[in-house]
Amino acid sequence: MTEVKTIIQEKLGKYGASREALMPILQAIVQEKNYLTEEDMVAVAEALDISSADVYGTATFYTFLDIKSRGKYVIRVCKTISCHMSGKDEIIKALQDTLKVGVGDTTPDKKFTLLTANCMGWCHKGPVMLINDEVYPELTPEKAIKIVQEYMAKE
Amino acid sequence: MAKYEVNLKINDIPVSVEEGSTILDAAKKLNFRVPTLCHHPDLCVAGNCRVCVVEQKGARALAAACATPVSEGMEIFTNSAKVRTARKNIIELLLSEHNSECTNCYKNGKCELQELAHEYRVNENNYLKLILNKGYTIDDLSPAIIKDDSKCIRCQRCVRTCAELQHVSALAVGYKGDHQKITTFFEKPMHSVVCTNCGQCINRCPTGALIEKNYIDQVWDCINDPNLHVVVQTAPAVRVGLGEDLGLDTGHRVTGKMVAAMKRIGFDSVLDTDFTADLTIMEEGTELLTRLKKVLVEQDTNTALPMMTSCSPGWIKFIEHKFPKLLDNLSTCKSPQQMFGSLAKTYFAQKKGLKADKVVSVSIMPCTAKKFEANRPEMRASGYQDVDYVLTTRELAMMIRQAGVDFNELPDEKYDSIMGESTGAAVIFGATGGVMEAALRTAYEIVTGREVPFQNLDIVPVRGFEGIKEAKVQITGVKPEWSFLEGAELSCAIAHGLTNANTLMKAVSEGKVSYHFIEIMACPGGCLGGGGQPIPTNEDIRRKRMEAIYDEDTHMEIRKSHENPEVIAIYEEFLGHPNSHKAHELLHTHYHPRKNY
Amino acid sequence: MENTRLHKVDLIFENDGTCATTVLDKVLSRKPEDIINDMIDSGLKGRGGAGFLTGLKWKFTRNEDSDVKYVVCNADEGEPGTFKDREILDKVPEKVFTGMAIAGYAIGAKEGILYLRAEYNFLLPKLERMMNEFNKALQAKKLDFTIDIRSGSGAYICGEESALFESIEGKRGEPRNKPPYPTVSGLFGKPTVINNVETLVYATMISKYGPDRFKEFGTKDSRGSKVFSISGDTPNAGIYELGLGMSVQQFVDEFGDGDTKAVQIGGASGMCVPRKKFNDTIIGYEGVPTGGSMMLFNSSRSMYNVLHDYLDFFAEESCGQCTPCRVGCQQLLKGIEAVKNKNKTPDYLENLKKLAETMKLSAKCGLGQSVANPFISIVDNFREEIIY
Repeated sequence: MTEVKTIIQEKLGKYGASREALMPILQAIVQEKNYLTEEDMVAVAEALDISSADVYGTATFYTFLDIKSRGKYVIRVCKTISCHMSGKDEIIKALQDTLKVGVGDTTPDKKFTLLTANCMGWCHKGPVMLINDEVYPELTPEKAIKIVQEYMAKE
Repeated sequence: MAKYEVNLKINDIPVSVEEGSTILDAAKKLNFRVPTLCHHPDLCVAGNCRVCVVEQKGARALAAACATPVSEGMEIFTNSAKVRTARKNIIELLLSEHNSECTNCYKNGKCELQELAHEYRVNENNYLKLILNKGYTIDDLSPAIIKDDSKCIRCQRCVRTCAELQHVSALAVGYKGDHQKITTFFEKPMHSVVCTNCGQCINRCPTGALIEKNYIDQVWDCINDPNLHVVVQTAPAVRVGLGEDLGLDTGHRVTGKMVAAMKRIGFDSVLDTDFTADLTIMEEGTELLTRLKKVLVEQDTNTALPMMTSCSPGWIKFIEHKFPKLLDNLSTCKSPQQMFGSLAKTYFAQKKGLKADKVVSVSIMPCTAKKFEANRPEMRASGYQDVDYVLTTRELAMMIRQAGVDFNELPDEKYDSIMGESTGAAVIFGATGGVMEAALRTAYEIVTGREVPFQNLDIVPVRGFEGIKEAKVQITGVKPEWSFLEGAELSCAIAHGLTNANTLMKAVSEGKVSYHFIEIMACPGGCLGGGGQPIPTNEDIRRKRMEAIYDEDTHMEIRKSHENPEVIAIYEEFLGHPNSHKAHELLHTHYHPRKNY
Repeated sequence: MENTRLHKVDLIFENDGTCATTVLDKVLSRKPEDIINDMIDSGLKGRGGAGFLTGLKWKFTRNEDSDVKYVVCNADEGEPGTFKDREILDKVPEKVFTGMAIAGYAIGAKEGILYLRAEYNFLLPKLERMMNEFNKALQAKKLDFTIDIRSGSGAYICGEESALFESIEGKRGEPRNKPPYPTVSGLFGKPTVINNVETLVYATMISKYGPDRFKEFGTKDSRGSKVFSISGDTPNAGIYELGLGMSVQQFVDEFGDGDTKAVQIGGASGMCVPRKKFNDTIIGYEGVPTGGSMMLFNSSRSMYNVLHDYLDFFAEESCGQCTPCRVGCQQLLKGIEAVKNKNKTPDYLENLKKLAETMKLSAKCGLGQSVANPFISIVDNFREEIIY
């Protein structure tokens, strides 16, 4: 697990000690730790000489910069119109039943978080879900369950 | 490069304005008032409330007058049917996400949204009442500021104030869409984040979303209790601001009426913070000279220079959060408010034959941070909370109105004694540069035996609205006991507003500047622009208050702190001498570093 | 009306491995002003949906006096129903980079940034690899232009040009006041050309073949071809490059499932065209412009659900800074729910339509201004479905 300090230093090296580094830093921390803690935000604020509230305000603007604790694998099921029409509700139900959590929650073993999100750009091949950065279009409930089970088998 | 003029028409009337002006500026020139909410003369342009939209000939969409620069040949209509409909709808939208129980709202009668709704005869029930489902709670945990999200119209004036004017950014815009709101770091209560309590946000909030914690009812209870002796002190800046909330124009000196009013509403002893301002000069001046001696003569590396003033509690909390390494540079002197508080329940009580636990100590301040300061755990030198209640200038005005006193008809009355006597040096504490000037008037004379070499004692270089000011004073012809200062150049800096304080502190901590003495006031213009002063505020208002302060100074009989007879008396009878053991017990304090969020 | 028959084109996805090198060499041998004149002559308008004349945008930026200028590629494709930029970035990314370099050369910029939405992060490894190679190739050609990639983090509004700049600058993606426009003050306050992915590919193809080839397609107001992403009730969902200027009827004849009752052109922020208007509506800048999103709804679909989905989307994705959009979206959403639940009478829809008009006139950016499009077109054309 790369330390937040290292992440910050690396991005400061690439973008300079300026506000421009903020998004890459926050994205890299989320990539590494799945969400942003108070502590991490304070560290980022100090490194960039901006206020913690400012970092918080920026992070909370972006749906994918989670400030709530998330599992190792964040599942995002598309809920916008085309996927709605092609059956996202069935996918969500299948995932809820398999993972035994509701939308917005994380499994007790902290492995999976189930979320919905807006249009991901696969409208002709919906329903679609992201698991972290991997995309899985053309879902059926069975397919979705199978994919999740493959992740369950992983570490 | 000379700026050129742009010619345009507003409501078919031609007008010429400087290039770079906005439509709002041009309309103002023609005396057309375009309503605004998010716009504020002290802050950068936001353009988010959309209340100021106007119609532009040839354009499909309406333009925000505050944010759109003028262009040659533009034709603008500020009151067309399209504009009126849009404006009305926008106000209705704002009301739909607003807690409009105006009758019990602190800002009733002084709310910009209420005023707009009234002007446009808005029907509140045009849309669904969204506020009912938002579940906002009120944050009233801070002793100084109350944040009520149910009244917020998201104009972001507070965020811009906290960021641009004060460089604190305790408030930020969070989330987006229907969840968007003004928030602190992780929605923590105001008192547990980096908020300095300066109240500048309160001064600019158009509604009741940000107000001071008020203690009017508690003070009435004390006044009405015959067993309690209620002592009140008034800060210098209050006397040049109070009139604005009682029907007078800006810049009126209302000292005499203010005293008369407070006597009539029932305060038992009406005294003056200016007295302890003079006392502060004695204590702080002595402290400065002691530090200079330690550094210049004894080469003591443990003594920190520059010494920095400590009478602004917003500034104190700021430095505790942001520059904890510089805490040793702060003067150990308490603020005049707190010095007064500890003396009220000791010296004053003793002299008047009162029991200390029956003395209630109230202060009237142009400041909201003073409410925090009074509640700092170390401010109990008297054995009790030294200052029980702090009221803002606004709260005093409210009490005067509640009591039915006709302020403008009052005669001028004088402060009670003891601790009611003051000097011109004390009253200028209310303006940026004032503490510095008062200190110099005394310190220079102590060291040389002569008055400061400035005409009429007016040390002009330290005065005015420039963000960071510098002054250098040559010291020659010193008295024998101050020989180490002969030929020395005392280098001073003054900053007002925390953004300027931040700049100066960065330079100090990086060793880029070398001053001996720095005065910092958290609020723009100094206390006269404080978070507790009448609303609204702008440069013009602050300028007029500043003129009034220096006017008051010129009209005082005594203009140097060390000549205040009550100050001379308190040393003789009670404290001994400046920085004595007793003085340290009652009049000096310490500071603590705080988390930086 | 010229050439109204549905016309399948293959400019974008034409497989030409040497495209980048040959086109760039051609471009660099010409003067920037000539490149720009070709762009203007071609009539190419922005393919992201706003439809500004690309050549003019480049010209204005070129004319700004500044040492620092930027080219930004808007790959924040987020309009519901739009997925064509993903395909372009996946299949022909070198054409995108080439377009950026051409723009950079034309306006005098040394830096180009491609802003890729977070939902397309799976493309990053390939894109970064190609970008590095491309930057090396530019160096070899002695063109002082470097491309970098930045990511979004899940915010539809960052597709708005000034919000996109704010995001790169490390702030909340809140649209700015305009004027000044990006050509004068864009990324970091510098003159900036910001173009959609598809627009940049067309710029590459126009530079390759010359403007006349592009002018063969489309109409005089809607020059050229466009990539459409087609989804919904259609047996032929997918990505198609077609000439602009066809009627909706022609489109439905080709892509409908036989029971099409409505076509949403331009995604959630676009227009809903009912069956009775299919013949009279042109897909193009002279009719209903679009960033490419085409969604077909057959008679099994509830237009109330469709509108509800759109409004839910906007209420969530609005940046929230300006009153008309932040509160207006919520009012429209809850408003149609109230009418459906009989908490408000059907007349309330008139209030809401007026509100939508106010949003169109007074919102700070295109998002708030466009909500009226789906709202009014669906409420007007499918009133019974909204009420009952």
